[in-house]
Amino acid sequence: MKIAAIAGITFKEAKRDRVLYLLFFFAALGIAASRVLAVLTVGDRVKIIKDVGLASISGFGILMAILIGTGLVYKEIDKKTIFTLLSKPLHRAEFILGKFLGLVLTLLVMTAAMTAIFLAIVYAHTSRIEAPLLVAVGYIFLELVLITAVAVLFSSFSTPILSSLFALAFTLIGHLSWGLELILRKMGPGAGRTLVRALYAVLPDLENFNFKTEVVHGLPIPPAIYLSSFLYGVCYTAFILGLAVLIFRRRDFI
Amino acid sequence: MADAIRIQDLRKTFRLGFIPKPRPVLKGITLTVREGEIFGYLGPNGAGKTTTIKCLLGLIRPDAGAVDIFGRSSLSPRSREELGFLPENPYFYDYLSAREFLAFTADLFGLARRDKEERIARLLALVGLERAADLPLRKYSRGMLQRAGLAQALINEPKLVILDEPLGGMDPLGRKEIRDIIVRFKDQGKTVFFTSHILQDIEMICDRVAIIVGGRIVKEGALSDLVSERVLFTEVTVAGVAAEAFGGLGESLSVQGDRVLLKVFEEAKVGQVLDLVRDRRGRLVSLSPRTETLEDIFVETVTRT
Repeated sequence: MKIAAIAGITFKEAKRDRVLYLLFFFAALGIAASRVLAVLTVGDRVKIIKDVGLASISGFGILMAILIGTGLVYKEIDKKTIFTLLSKPLHRAEFILGKFLGLVLTLLVMTAAMTAIFLAIVYAHTSRIEAPLLVAVGYIFLELVLITAVAVLFSSFSTPILSSLFALAFTLIGHLSWGLELILRKMGPGAGRTLVRALYAVLPDLENFNFKTEVVHGLPIPPAIYLSSFLYGVCYTAFILGLAVLIFRRRDFI
Repeated sequence: MADAIRIQDLRKTFRLGFIPKPRPVLKGITLTVREGEIFGYLGPNGAGKTTTIKCLLGLIRPDAGAVDIFGRSSLSPRSREELGFLPENPYFYDYLSAREFLAFTADLFGLARRDKEERIARLLALVGLERAADLPLRKYSRGMLQRAGLAQALINEPKLVILDEPLGGMDPLGRKEIRDIIVRFKDQGKTVFFTSHILQDIEMICDRVAIIVGGRIVKEGALSDLVSERVLFTEVTVAGVAAEAFGGLGESLSVQGDRVLLKVFEEAKVGQVLDLVRDRRGRLVSLSPRTETLEDIFVETVTRT
């Protein structure tokens, strides 16, 4: 109940943020522009539309999660509304979870709207609704959920600008860390391999949520991969939220 | 009577800045607020009043000492179940209306829908915001925000109400209304812990007070014990007698037309002034003995410390 109340107010607050609509506008523009790109490029037009559309949903979704998420907790502290909230019988964990869920709800609505535009454009070319695209969108959303948790974590102890930079760095590292897995395969046993393995275990691997290529090209995906990616997303998000709660619980509000 | 608030040797040091420099704010506060009393917490700016309140609310973790509310540690959210708090400058979500904001705070206490609606209507009427209930809070004046703040502090029908400068920014009429509400709390058996810079208000409604200076309690007790009935001086206004005639009897504070305002320090001399006025066929306009006030005690304590 309390978490739902905080989530509700967070959703209302995020809805009022003009940045959200600006990003949505550009995302819609990006998805629509895929038609133009398809005309200009040699190759399968539908595949290009799908590729660019999914990339737009992912890219602008990430920007939404970072730009809105990093300000959410900070704004409560900066505007001192947190005094009124935490003077109620509210666990700090409930506050963090409420903020997180409110933003996840906002991103769900935004992702749904972007997906609707995307599917409409694909439908205009293929005259059919392609369900596998929803799988790719679903995993993009899971990635957004994780990035939201990261944004909330940084927002609980840092300013929005620094938090945005940290969260952006997390996302970039997350999309490049798969290179470590390649290195691991080629490395012989030893201290170096242990170090790289440890680094790979700690750093996020956001490519786990990237099913764009498989979906666009119609490649088969083993069900175990779906499951492991889903569990990876859920566990990593829970870990990051736990860390945010731990930091937030010890904070003084001066 | 049970204790609503018990603070034992509360200490807090802030470490702020790029190179953290320790700044002790609370240096061993010990005080008790009994259930059902109105307790005034006074101190100059930066004395540690708000920090004490934040420790009571669990917003700040003490470095040492204990803070209990109805026997529960202030760090436990359960200690805030029977507590209502009005911050110094109420900061709320300004895009919400007072009704929506109260509904939100009611949800934080998990109130059932019917209870919620009934309580919101009653509180809006209590603080006089019925007509503005559906306006967004950003359109409210400072006084109206203060009223909305008071309403949200009462949504859970608390046994203990903590008010940080509740009368700041209010017009005289609004101040009186809020003061009356606070006095009514006492009749309802509620405990009130409040800070204010307006010492007359504290004097009017508090049972006990504590004065904090530099992070330490320097005076605490029942108002009747702190403020004596002793007459400090008497202000006498007379007409029709020249100020020079009172030489040695009192200090002439002002002369307006044929009126003279005198400050007479010894009670025996008041009689002599009155005799003189009678002899010179003058007229007594007013006579008011000035007893010690909380302000005198406060100024003396703060200056001495």
